[in-house]
Amino acid sequence: MIRLSIQARQALAKLTLPVLIAASFGLMLLGKADTLLAEHARMALADALAPIYTAISGPLAHMRDTVAGATDLWDIQAENVHLRDENVELRRWQSIALALDAENRRLKAELHWIPDPAPSYVTARVVADAGGIYAKAVLLAVGPNHGIRKGEIALDESGLVGRITEVGARSARVLLITDLNSRIPVILENSRAHAILVGTNGPQPKLLYWPEGSVPQEGERVVTSAEAGAFPANLPVGVVHYTSGNVPEVNPAAMLNGLEMVRIFNYDVSGVGAPEAARRVPRERWDH
Amino acid sequence: MARADQVPGIRPRPTFARRLDIAARHAFPVSCTLILMLLTETPLGIVDQPELLPAVTLACVYFWSLFRPAAMPPPVVFLIGVALDLLGYLPLGVGALTLLAVHGFAVRWRLVLTRQSFVTVWLMFGGFAAAAAALTWVLTAVLYFRLLPLGPAVFQAVLTTALYPALAVLFVRAHRSVADPEGA
Repeated sequence: MIRLSIQARQALAKLTLPVLIAASFGLMLLGKADTLLAEHARMALADALAPIYTAISGPLAHMRDTVAGATDLWDIQAENVHLRDENVELRRWQSIALALDAENRRLKAELHWIPDPAPSYVTARVVADAGGIYAKAVLLAVGPNHGIRKGEIALDESGLVGRITEVGARSARVLLITDLNSRIPVILENSRAHAILVGTNGPQPKLLYWPEGSVPQEGERVVTSAEAGAFPANLPVGVVHYTSGNVPEVNPAAMLNGLEMVRIFNYDVSGVGAPEAARRVPRERWDH
Repeated sequence: MARADQVPGIRPRPTFARRLDIAARHAFPVSCTLILMLLTETPLGIVDQPELLPAVTLACVYFWSLFRPAAMPPPVVFLIGVALDLLGYLPLGVGALTLLAVHGFAVRWRLVLTRQSFVTVWLMFGGFAAAAAALTWVLTAVLYFRLLPLGPAVFQAVLTTALYPALAVLFVRAHRSVADPEGA
């Protein structure tokens, strides 16, 4: 160890903090100049932690289920009555759906309709929240040879969740539709008008840029649009809801707060890529 | 060199186990900070869980900078900040700078602050939490070059302040028992 005088050591000790503050500014510049660096560092860290999260998430889910089961027992009577009513209603809808499906198939056969290619998908467990204060994302644990690629689409059992933005060796990150950087082309189902769904970091993303004359209706269903080739058409996104400030928002159909499993679909769409987590213009766009 | 070795007096022989004990006591603040940070990242299924990570980290850095700055030196605060940036998906350097600022002011005012009552220290922490949330908001907005919603920043400041007593109770006990180098 180098022997220094007491004064020199004190001076060095006083310098540490300013030097480190300068280093953090340097880190900000570095992060801005080379956004891939931060992305790689994050994915490496997520890959290292994913097995731990996977190990913990099993018992945690079990515990949650036990608690949920206990509370369910409490109001099982009321739940039963509710479910019977709902079942009657759903049976009615089922018969309608079956009739429409048969009619639809007959009409498609008449028209020589080119069927949409069936997408391939994999299912992955959500093991951690990969968001921050100003980011909404989840981390998936995937096997070593998962074949998941950037830009693939994540759905849960009831609707659109988001898109894959980063892929590591054992984990993948899904940017949710509520994230600030999320922009999704959608169609309002009643008027077939196009709009853009913009994430706000809050629980409900808002609608922007609908054509004049076809204002989103309260309760109207919103589905994805195939425009720009970023998404396949007609994936359920949510339902329009107006805030007190008269801003049309969308209540997402997917349970974005309690995601446990998501399906990752490969629709082979090759239009606009998923937004970069680190707000960077993709390099390939410059190369063209 | 442990602080206990610089003080004259009679004490037990520095056997391997004793040295290990002293090292563990010195490493306690940093290791408990890192473990708490990882714990907040586990899938607990709480709504707004990402807000927990900066709150816990800030409380840890503030407490140990005030009450045991020797075990929370600036380089370690910097590394914790980088870990916060990576785990919390903040732009690189934002968490590091925020934590270093909190550490710097806490160390500078510690002679006054550590003599105050718990409530005063807590109220001051509220000020620190608000300033840290504001700094994070400004730096993130500048680095992303866009106006960010204010809600999360306000919520973060409130949550951080509200979490502090729960963590401080644990830390005070640890400070007097397992983390005390004099007790080795």
